[in-house]
Amino acid sequence: MERKTNLTAPDGKQEILIERIFDLPLNLLFLAYTKAELVEQWMGNKVIKWDHKDHGSYQLETIGESGNVLFRANGTIHKSIENQQIIRTFEMENSTFPVQLEFLEFESIDNNTSKLAMKIVYKSVLDRDEMLKLPFARGIHLAHNRIQQIISNLK
Amino acid sequence: MMNLRRDVFQAIANPTRRTILLLLAAQSMTAGSIASHFDTARPTVSKHLQILTECELLKQEQQGREIYYHFNAQKMREVADFLEPFRQMWEEKFNKLEQIMLNYKSK
Repeated sequence: MERKTNLTAPDGKQEILIERIFDLPLNLLFLAYTKAELVEQWMGNKVIKWDHKDHGSYQLETIGESGNVLFRANGTIHKSIENQQIIRTFEMENSTFPVQLEFLEFESIDNNTSKLAMKIVYKSVLDRDEMLKLPFARGIHLAHNRIQQIISNLK
Repeated sequence: MMNLRRDVFQAIANPTRRTILLLLAAQSMTAGSIASHFDTARPTVSKHLQILTECELLKQEQQGREIYYHFNAQKMREVADFLEPFRQMWEEKFNKLEQIMLNYKSK
């Protein structure tokens, strides 16, 4: 599959840079980040609070099958400029990870293509590296699924 | 396993250790000849070699009276793959965003 998302984590720095080109006009890309019902769909979390404006805040959660909270996160919107920029924080509740600062820059490429450049700043290099390892177990799981798929295709 | 991963990550975060890895990627060398590339004291270089060996980025091999250090390319590849699961996680989310917004547009 085509790799459309670029991720860089420079050595010894407490930041991650993520870039993605979308086959979407700029206004739709920005809308996906600002409208609660759309965020819910693509993030896969339930929106508890959503007040997308300068100095506003948000809260998301995921509830497990037995009704327990699997994941809850919150943050504040420092600044939002339509179709240009969002500066916000993100914090996972009940975790040892400190709050992180996110700079999202939106840019139009043409009528049907747009770009998102995201810079996430962590409290320390170590915090960043720990965060990077989070999906590791899941990544191994995905690789395992792929192997199974290949094997079952051989049959 | 997680601790080992962190050790590898920290090992390559140090500029001297990265230089050592670059030297050894070109050819296997003894501790003495590695140390000759640096102004720092030999025990300091030995400490770096020890860290790199402990996290398996280097392998030692006895050749006659000398111990040669080899670069372990396989382990280095694992480090390079470190970011891939995180990138994939974002890629999946963004693919979903794109699909949802394409549907939203056509409504």
